[in-house]
Amino acid sequence: MAERKDLIQDIAAIEASNLLETVSDVKDDGYRLGQICATKTADGIDVLYTFEKDSILKNFRVSVEDREPELHSITAVYWPAFIYENEMRDLFGIAFRNLALDYGGRFFKIAKETPWNPNAVAKRDEDAAKAEDCDAAGDAADADADESAKTRSDEEGKGGEN
Amino acid sequence: MSYVTKSPWIIHYDGSSCNGCDIEVLACLTPMYDAERFGIINTGNPKHADIFLVTGSVNEQNISVVKQIYEQMPEPKIVVAVGICATSGGIFRECYNVKGGVDTVIPVDVYVPGCAARPEAIIDGIVKGLDVLAEKHANMPKSSVSASDAAEEKVKDEDMAIEVRYYGKTAEELDEDIADERVSDAQSVKYYSSSDKDADDSGDKNNGKEEV
Amino acid sequence: MGKRTIIPFGPQHPVLPEPIHLDLVIEDESVLEAIPSIGFIHRGLEKLVEKNEWPEMVYVIERVCGICSFGHGWGYCKSVEGNLGAEIPPRAEYLRTVWHELSRIHSHLLWLGLLADGFGFESLFMHSWRIRETILNIFEETAGGRVIFSVCKVGGVRKDISDEKLKDIVKTLDGIRKETAELTNVFLEDVSVRSRLSGVGALTKQDAEDLCAVGPVARASGILQDVRLDGHGAYPYLDFSPCIETEGDCYARCKVRIRELFQSMDLIEEAVSKIPAGDIEIKLKGNPSGEFVARMEQPRGEAYYYSKGNGSKYLERMRVRTPTNANIPALVKTLQGCDLADVPMLVLTIDPCISCTER
Repeated sequence: MAERKDLIQDIAAIEASNLLETVSDVKDDGYRLGQICATKTADGIDVLYTFEKDSILKNFRVSVEDREPELHSITAVYWPAFIYENEMRDLFGIAFRNLALDYGGRFFKIAKETPWNPNAVAKRDEDAAKAEDCDAAGDAADADADESAKTRSDEEGKGGEN
Repeated sequence: MSYVTKSPWIIHYDGSSCNGCDIEVLACLTPMYDAERFGIINTGNPKHADIFLVTGSVNEQNISVVKQIYEQMPEPKIVVAVGICATSGGIFRECYNVKGGVDTVIPVDVYVPGCAARPEAIIDGIVKGLDVLAEKHANMPKSSVSASDAAEEKVKDEDMAIEVRYYGKTAEELDEDIADERVSDAQSVKYYSSSDKDADDSGDKNNGKEEV
Repeated sequence: MGKRTIIPFGPQHPVLPEPIHLDLVIEDESVLEAIPSIGFIHRGLEKLVEKNEWPEMVYVIERVCGICSFGHGWGYCKSVEGNLGAEIPPRAEYLRTVWHELSRIHSHLLWLGLLADGFGFESLFMHSWRIRETILNIFEETAGGRVIFSVCKVGGVRKDISDEKLKDIVKTLDGIRKETAELTNVFLEDVSVRSRLSGVGALTKQDAEDLCAVGPVARASGILQDVRLDGHGAYPYLDFSPCIETEGDCYARCKVRIRELFQSMDLIEEAVSKIPAGDIEIKLKGNPSGEFVARMEQPRGEAYYYSKGNGSKYLERMRVRTPTNANIPALVKTLQGCDLADVPMLVLTIDPCISCTER
């Protein structure tokens, strides 16, 4: 019976903080970067990293939250990862730290923002709304300050007249 | 049949097609179906083309490209939408990045459905389009004045103002950078031999050399 | 000091079959840097898993690319079959292998034609595509379509090929072997073709490994990498070893693809002689749950198919990572330092399939 290496599925879950270390170890072992895939789940986003050597695959899964997802980029270890990471940034809204070739969210230039992750858009809208409220509150506070300054100068003026 | 339908040249653009229809369009020109025996040539320059063959649907990014190619073609011109994706969006109609068929952007004269459209169907579509081309040519205004007026109208079209950015800079900023480099180039070649230096001192500033 | 200009290349260009945009920074005719800009073909079809049930999703995935369409169908089916834990009958595996190798022959002939057109040798382009029509006729007789023929389904294949038809296929391939050899001889020996291809865009073995290149691009730089070695399909029963070259330039990549073309003809002949009788499909029960990562050797290289199910009729995620996606970093590297006139050659020798890259 022929050996079926393609049926071997080795998927391990790791922490986001261990990502760079795991990836560097894997590179030292001689593995090649296969692909990086993000999946939207009910709790957040699962990112699957696949590496390959001699027809055997090794997969690692990292879970991040979906409102403001953030991960460390692996382009320092595997430079070609920039393709997958820019795509994930456009489609899922994951921000990557230290991305080597960063297109700034304009890799695919699609009309709809982060179409796979509406929660990221919701978070951005909330932040924008909060910023607007702060500005409005700030303007109102400035207006009050102006009012009170004006009243004080009027009173002084009146006092002067008296 | 007017002369314009005798040997129409086509320009082909892949709008967001899977390539199935594109290779069938190229297959029309190859020896099996051989549209080239009728004088149909696939040109790469829109200004030389009579027929615009578009495959694939339209997404956010290629709206301006499709429009630009269409606007550069001289009148009379026809558009043939090849494949079901160019007609209506096809199987990808509900995708988030697909706006629809090509007729959301430019006017289409002939629709050739199919996935992928067969070369026989594409040639049939082009031949039907030739009747439309002849009709458009017959209806074109005869005097040259109105043609130039029409050209002026097109230039004023606001939709065609597309800002092109290179490395995050606009064209004007880039021109300034290149102009700065030119000034430093001119300064560095001013004295390249002592005899030229003498010639310069004598009054002829550039010694016959052109400004870079 | 030379003048630097930025030349935009694409998305509409006479030599490009597909829209890719490159900003080339050039100084006096040589390219210093190339910044790729893609997104013209992005449809977002992976999200259609939410609207199409998993048996129907194969039709969408097949249309990721029209040239390597069968490979995408097989990859998707393999991934979902792995999820379901289903084992398909051996006759179906052999039939899938035969169709896949025919797909490889047609894709390489197509590429040879486009390469010839790219350096201006138009009659060679016409000859390549004329020979390719024979293969498309075989597709139409056996599966019903010329470029996109939906013959792969989860659980097997939809149509059978009778044994006499299989022998006919071998006879047809023998018939075109001689003229294909004459055609490929021009690519390998002609002086003007060699001057355009030899020594252009060399990629060293170390660079190809660091850039994770796949397919003929990697094999032309001396890396032993081919998904057909991992034991899927009928490949374990066939006499197969990958074609490797060492120089890494455009000429080496051309040579690898030509050798693979003839190797595919041999593999089909061997498969037809060994194909067992039996069923072509199995009945499937239940819905996919769990994840499965499958790989396929497309004509352009290694492709990944990842599917994740949650027990319902709709898959949770389907991801296709295509070979051109992995070769773009290699393209960016080879473009640094080349001449402007060589840019179309370099873009064509990685065999770009931009619709695959962007889905």
